[in-house]
Amino acid sequence: MSYEIPILPKSNTLAEARRQVEICNACRYCEGYCAVFPAITRQRAFADGDLTQLANLCHNCQGCYHACQYTAPHEFALNLPGILADVRQESWDEYAWPQAFAGRFQRRGTPIALALVVGLALLFALVTALPATDGLGFYAFVSHSLMIAIFAPAFLAPMVAIGVGLRRYWCAVGGQPIRFAHLRHAVSAVATMRNLGGGQGQGCNFEDGDRFSNKRRIAHQLVMYGFLLCFAATSSATLMHYLLDIQAPYEIFSLPKLLGLTGGLMMSVGALWLVMLKRRADRKLGSVRAWGGEMAFVLLLGLTGFTGLWLYAATGTPLVAPLLALHLGAVLTFFLITPYSKMVHGFYRLAALVRDAQSIT
Amino acid sequence: MTKLNALWDLVVVGGGNAALCAAIEAAELGASVVILEGAPRDYRGGNSRHTRNFRCMHQGPLSVLTDIYEEEEYFDDLLRVTKGETDEHLARLAIRTSESCLPWMEKQGVRFQPSLSGTLSLSRTNAFFLGGGKALVNAYYNRAADLGVTVIYEAQVTHVDIQDSVFSGVTCDIAGVTQLIEGKSVVLASGGFQADLEWLARAWGPAAKNFLIRGTPYNRGVVLKDMIDQGAETVGDPTQCHAVAIDGRAPKYDGGIVTRLDCVPFSIVVNRDGQRFYDEGEDVWPKRYAIWGRLVAAQPDQVAYSIIDTKSIDAFMPSVFPPIQADTIEGLGQKLGISGTVLKSTVEAFNAACQEGMFHGNELDGLTTKGLTPSKTNWARPITQAPFYGYELRPGVTFTYLGLKVDETARVTGAGGRMKNVWAAGEIMAGSILGQGYLAGFGMTIGTVFGRIAGKEAAAHVL
Ligand SMILES: Cc1cc2nc3c(=O)[nH]c(=O)nc-3n(C[C@H](O)[C@H](O)[C@H](O)COP(=O)(O)OP(=O)(O)OC[C@H]3O[C@@H](n4cnc5c(N)ncnc54)[C@H](O)[C@@H]3O)c2cc1C
Ligand code: SF4
Ligand code: SF4
Repeated sequence: MSYEIPILPKSNTLAEARRQVEICNACRYCEGYCAVFPAITRQRAFADGDLTQLANLCHNCQGCYHACQYTAPHEFALNLPGILADVRQESWDEYAWPQAFAGRFQRRGTPIALALVVGLALLFALVTALPATDGLGFYAFVSHSLMIAIFAPAFLAPMVAIGVGLRRYWCAVGGQPIRFAHLRHAVSAVATMRNLGGGQGQGCNFEDGDRFSNKRRIAHQLVMYGFLLCFAATSSATLMHYLLDIQAPYEIFSLPKLLGLTGGLMMSVGALWLVMLKRRADRKLGSVRAWGGEMAFVLLLGLTGFTGLWLYAATGTPLVAPLLALHLGAVLTFFLITPYSKMVHGFYRLAALVRDAQSIT
Repeated sequence: MTKLNALWDLVVVGGGNAALCAAIEAAELGASVVILEGAPRDYRGGNSRHTRNFRCMHQGPLSVLTDIYEEEEYFDDLLRVTKGETDEHLARLAIRTSESCLPWMEKQGVRFQPSLSGTLSLSRTNAFFLGGGKALVNAYYNRAADLGVTVIYEAQVTHVDIQDSVFSGVTCDIAGVTQLIEGKSVVLASGGFQADLEWLARAWGPAAKNFLIRGTPYNRGVVLKDMIDQGAETVGDPTQCHAVAIDGRAPKYDGGIVTRLDCVPFSIVVNRDGQRFYDEGEDVWPKRYAIWGRLVAAQPDQVAYSIIDTKSIDAFMPSVFPPIQADTIEGLGQKLGISGTVLKSTVEAFNAACQEGMFHGNELDGLTTKGLTPSKTNWARPITQAPFYGYELRPGVTFTYLGLKVDETARVTGAGGRMKNVWAAGEIMAGSILGQGYLAGFGMTIGTVFGRIAGKEAAAHVL
C-alpha cells in the first residue's frame, strides 16, 4: 500500500479534514464516543469519499472537541466537529440536484425567509382570491383537489431530487447492496440518536461547554418524532379520504387529529428548545458558515408545527383563513427547500449509518 | 479577586490529576480550597491531559477491566520495571488503594471505555478514560466547581512559605502580578521538571537541549526546586528522566501520545552516520519502547532513522505524520538528510544477514539475522520492496524521577522532620515509588491515590 492519496483533494476543507482525521487515527482516545472513530481506525489512508462518509456519520456531539488535548492554541489545532460539519455541508452541495439550487438554503437564513414569504403570499392569494367552496372545514377555503394539485408535486419533486443526491452519495462512499440488517442497524441508531449519546448515554456537549447533557438529543427527537407523527397524520388522512371515503374535518379522537396534534406540539416545543440550546452553543464547533441557515431552518420547522396547532385552536373563528394560509405556506416552503436546506441532513445521515453498518458487518 | 485575600483552608499548587483529586477530597469534607494552576485554561491539566489510562488492581471484573489483577502480580510488574528502585510500603499502598479509586473516579464523573484498538494487551490491567486524560481533567474541574472550589489559571507559584516546618502561604504570579496567597495547609502537585531544558541539560549534559518534551511546557519544577532549596528531602535519581523515541518532527512541547512511533521492531534503525546501533527486534514493542529514548539520546545529534519497506508499512499503528517515502534506498537516505550510499550498504548488509522463516508481527517470531553486529533477533525481514519509508526518531521526555520524599500520608519531610501542614502528590513525589523505569498507567495511579490521601489529610488537619 502506498501513502500517496490516489485522488487529489477537491477542496481545502477536505485536505484539512484529512489532516485532522490522520491525527485522530494516531491517537484514538475518542474511540468510545461515536461511530466515527471506529470507522477511522478501520483505515489508514483517507480518500475524499471516505472523508465524506465520516463527515455524514458525525452527529456533531462535540465530545471529541472538548476531550482533545490538541485543540487550538495547540499547533495541531484540532476541531473535528467543526471541520466535519464543513465537509458535510460541502458534500450536500456537491450532490444536490439540480445543481442550480445547491446550497441555496443551507447557509443563510435570508433565502429561507424569502422563500417563506413567497410561499405564504402564494397561499394567501389562493385562500383569499378563490371563492368559498362547498367543502367543510379547511376545504371551505381551498378545495381538496386544489390542495392535492399543489402539495403532491411539492412533496414528490423534492423526494426525487433527494433520491438523485443520495445516489451520488452512495457512489462516492462506495456503498454496496443494502440488506435488511444494515437498515435495522441504521434505523435503531436514528431512533435513539445513539451518536448523540456520548457512547454511554451521558449525552453530548453543546449548550454548556464541556458538561454533558441529553437536552439536545431529546429536543432533536421531539422534532424528529413530532415531524414523523405529523407526516403520519397527513398520510392517515389521505388513506381515510381515498380508501374509506371519510372526509375532513375529522373528530378530535380521529387518527389524523391525534397524530397531528401530538406531532405539532412535539415539533413546536422541540424546535423552540433547539433554538434556545443552539444560541448557547459554541458556533465554531459546527459549520460557522451555515449557522444562519440552520437556525432559520429550525425556526421554520417550529413555525410549521406551531401554526398547525394554532389553526386547530382557532377553529370556527375568522382567523382560520389567514392561519390556514400561514400554515400551508410554511409547509409548502418546508417541502420545497428540503433538498437544499439543513433538512437534507436526515437523509444523508441515514445513508451514512447504513454505509457504516456495511463496513461493520 | 477580593476572595483571594482570604485565608484558605487548603491551597493546591498545580492543576493536573493529583491536584484535582486532592482538591475534591478536601472540598467534600468541607474545606475552602483554591487551585493555583500555572497554565492558562486552554492548557490546564498538565501532563494528565495527555494520559489515556490508569493501572488498577482488581480482584474480579471491575467496570471495563476484565479478569483479575491482584496485588502480588501488580507489585511484581512494578519490581521488574524499577529493578527494585521502589519503596515497597508506599508502592503496595498505591496498588491496594487503586481498586477503590476506580469507583471513586466514576462517582466524580470520570468515564471509562474498553481498551483502545491496538492496546488489547492492557485490557486486564489498565482502565482507559473515555475521551482520554483531558476528558478526565474536565470532569474533575466540573466536579470541583460544583463543590465550590476556586480555580485560578495562569497562577504560577514561585515560592512556598515554610517556617519551622509550618506552611503559611505561597507567592504566586497571577497574570504578571505577584500576590501572596495564604492558607492553613498546602498540597504540592505541580509535576516534575522535564520542561526546564536548562535543568535537564545540567542533569544530563548539553545533549538534553535536543530532547523533545512530550507533555506540558508548564512543568518546570519551580516549586520542586524551591522546596529542595528549603531543605525538603528528595528521592529519585536527579540525573534521570523517562524518555522514549518519538517522531522527530513532533512539536518541542506537548506533542503527546500521537508522536509515538511503533515501527521500530519492523525496521532497522540507523544513526546520522547511517549505522545501526542496537537490536531493533529484542522484544515486543510495549516492553522495549522505553529504552529507545536513551538509545537515540546517545547517538550523535540525538537523532536516528527507522527504515522499513512496503511489506511492513501496515504492521503498526498509523503515525501522526506520513513517513518519508522514496523508490530507492539511496533516495530515501537523501530525503532523510543522511548519506544514501552508506544507508544502502547498511541495508544490503542487513538484507544479506536475514534468514528464511515465517514472520509473525504480533509475537516474537525468532526471525533473526546471522553474522551481523548488532544482530536483529526478531522480525528480521529483508528491506527490498519499494516504496521505502523512513521516520526520523528523537528522544521524547515523559517525566523526571527526582521528587519530594513523602510518607504514607503524603506528607513532605524537611530538614526538621515531617512538615506540619505540607503534602505532596503526583509526579512531584512519584520518585518515591517509581525510582526507575515505567509501568504503563502507574503515573495516574500514584497521582490519584496520593492526591486523595493528601486532600483528606489536609482537610482533617485544618477542620
Ligand atoms: C504523553 C504522555 C502520556 C502519558 N500517558 C499516561 C497514561 O496513559 N497513564 C499514566 O498513568 N500516566 C501517563 N503519563 C504520565 C502522567 O501524565 C503523569 O504521571 C501524571 O499526569 C502526573 O500527574 P500530576 O498531577 O502529578 O502532574 P500534571 O498533570 O503534569 O500536573 C502538574 C500541574 O502543575 C502545574 N504547575 C507546574 N508548575 C507550576 C507552578 N509553579 N505553579 C502552579 N502550577 C504549576 C501545571 O500547569 C499542571 O497543571 C503520560 C505522560 C505523557 C507526557
Ligand atoms: S479528537 Fe483529539 S483526543 Fe480525540 S482522537 Fe482526535 S486527536 Fe485524539
Ligand atoms: S463530534 Fe461527536 S459524533 Fe462527531 S466525530 Fe466527534 S465525537 Fe463523533
